[in-house]
Amino acid sequence: VGVKHTVDYNIKVKVKDGKVAKDVKHSMNPFCEIATEAAMKLKEAGVVTEIVAVTIGNAKAAESLTKAMAMGADRSVHVVGEQAEIDGLETLQVAKVFAKLHEELQGDIYFMGKQAIDDDQCHVPQMVSALLNIPQGTFAAGLKVADDKSSIEVTREVDDGSQTLSMKLPAVVSCDLRLNTPRFATLPNIMKAKKKPIDKKKLSEMGIDLTPRVEVVECAQPVERQGGGKVADVD
Amino acid sequence: MMRGMSRLATRGGARYKSLLTLNEDEVALQDMVKAFAKEEIAPYVMEMDEVQKMRPELIQKCFEQGLMGIETAEQYGGSDAGFFGSIIAIEELAKVDPSVSVMVDVQNTLVNNAFFRWGTDAQKEKYLRMLSTNTLGSFCLSEAGSGSDAFALKTRAEKKGDEYVINGNKMWITNSGEAGLFLVMANVDPSKGYKGITCFVVTGDNPGVRIGKKENKLGIRSSSTCEVIFEDCVVSKDAIVGELGKGYKIAIEVLNEGRIGIGSQMIGLAQGAFDTAVKYSMEREQFGQPIGTFQGMQHQQAQCATNIMAARLMVYNAARMKEAGENFVMEAAMAKLYASQVAQQVASQAVEWMGGVGFVKDYPAEKFYRDAKIGAIYEGTSNIQLQTIAKMIQSNL
Repeated sequence: VGVKHTVDYNIKVKVKDGKVAKDVKHSMNPFCEIATEAAMKLKEAGVVTEIVAVTIGNAKAAESLTKAMAMGADRSVHVVGEQAEIDGLETLQVAKVFAKLHEELQGDIYFMGKQAIDDDQCHVPQMVSALLNIPQGTFAAGLKVADDKSSIEVTREVDDGSQTLSMKLPAVVSCDLRLNTPRFATLPNIMKAKKKPIDKKKLSEMGIDLTPRVEVVECAQPVERQGGGKVADVD
Repeated sequence: MMRGMSRLATRGGARYKSLLTLNEDEVALQDMVKAFAKEEIAPYVMEMDEVQKMRPELIQKCFEQGLMGIETAEQYGGSDAGFFGSIIAIEELAKVDPSVSVMVDVQNTLVNNAFFRWGTDAQKEKYLRMLSTNTLGSFCLSEAGSGSDAFALKTRAEKKGDEYVINGNKMWITNSGEAGLFLVMANVDPSKGYKGITCFVVTGDNPGVRIGKKENKLGIRSSSTCEVIFEDCVVSKDAIVGELGKGYKIAIEVLNEGRIGIGSQMIGLAQGAFDTAVKYSMEREQFGQPIGTFQGMQHQQAQCATNIMAARLMVYNAARMKEAGENFVMEAAMAKLYASQVAQQVASQAVEWMGGVGFVKDYPAEKFYRDAKIGAIYEGTSNIQLQTIAKMIQSNL
């Protein structure tokens, strides 16, 4: 399960000096919580044997891994980067990290949130699928695993309704709002999460080209909404 | 001079970011309780208050979340999250509903606590497990004729062979409406005065215990406060918690710790009232501006925030001292005294900041105002706290 440590959804984001103010409370991306829950449901149904939570972020991102493990993930991988490296990280590079980790993890299903609520890019699951040349079931609102565990059926919410796709494993599934309601981690599980292993890797040592391909030209607060006005008539 | 000073700074000065710093687990616990309170408690607060009853599903969920055995060891089914874990949980719950907060507080800081400190291994295995899984507990000390003067209690426990027969009426007992386990202070030998007071554990299936009148209260109305009647209640001598005649000690020490829990409930209450009213004051406009931007309001809000900060520091300090094994009796008394005063003051201000809307039941402010009052009364009245503090100050002279 890919989880991202993002700005907490309760925070009102402000732009300071042309950059988004990042020294605010962070927590697990809400769609990543849904992804973790989806994986847990499969584990509880006996379909999945092991859940590995993965994050790419600064040292503090480990909090989201702990949360995933408190929800039931068995272990974690933390790809750690310096703050400057993380700030400059683009979605293609994130996808490349996941692709690289696949060599070691050999996951059957890669669960991710459909998008992160900080940059709302909605790129990574699709890019991982392309890089690994495996199928993708994005915006999942429903999921079924075949009895022989060789394929899954993903029901996706699309603009004109819902679409159900069948795909062979391994596959990437990106989770949308209506897939499930994430559980609260119980207190005993929060305490147990401390003892679960986190495998740390350095972003700079993963052999991935981190040169930016996108240049941020401007970053500004949206224009304040002006109040309405009264007009004499609408002719 | 300069060299000496910089050595001081590196040696110990900058070790803590702030006295309010929480470790990782405490942050995780806090986040979980906050989310839990928002989703599972907030929608039902007013309804539970009106009908004066805690939703059974909510009590069940608190058990499922591990909130009823916060400090209890894993081997007894608990969460092993430490005393400070209880304090944080109690505070976060009180920000949403002080009634749920006190239920969790009594369970953890009074009932579980008594077993941690004085329970035999057999009692711990049996009762801590029940208390962390599905059984709500009550602490039965007060009676109609003995509140602050706790040792004047009249409930008797007569020895009959290997058993004791308990007779008496307890009053003002929190959680009793739903409890399945009662810790009752009864005197086995009134000729010994308070040194006859003994702590017994009575389970709800005992035919000699029943719940009497439920009080119709000003505040924390969904927390059941009832009479507990012991009539020829027979228990074996194994039901004694701690030693015969040492119940007074259990009562005092357990309440010293519970005091910090109440302090935490009060700061949570104050914060909940504050947050709700301040938010409103920045939305409500009069004379062309949000009422919160008038200087008079700003000053009041600043004073309240300062008072809450001070109370929180006192509560957290007492809690950390207890965890560290330090003598914390005076600090706990001060924390509870002050926190209950701040809660009343802030809750009262919050009603005023919200104006007419603060006075009606459609909005949360009036409930916080009513709930705050109990802080100065239960688990040791403010006058008793003042007495305790004075005694400790003067005994050091």
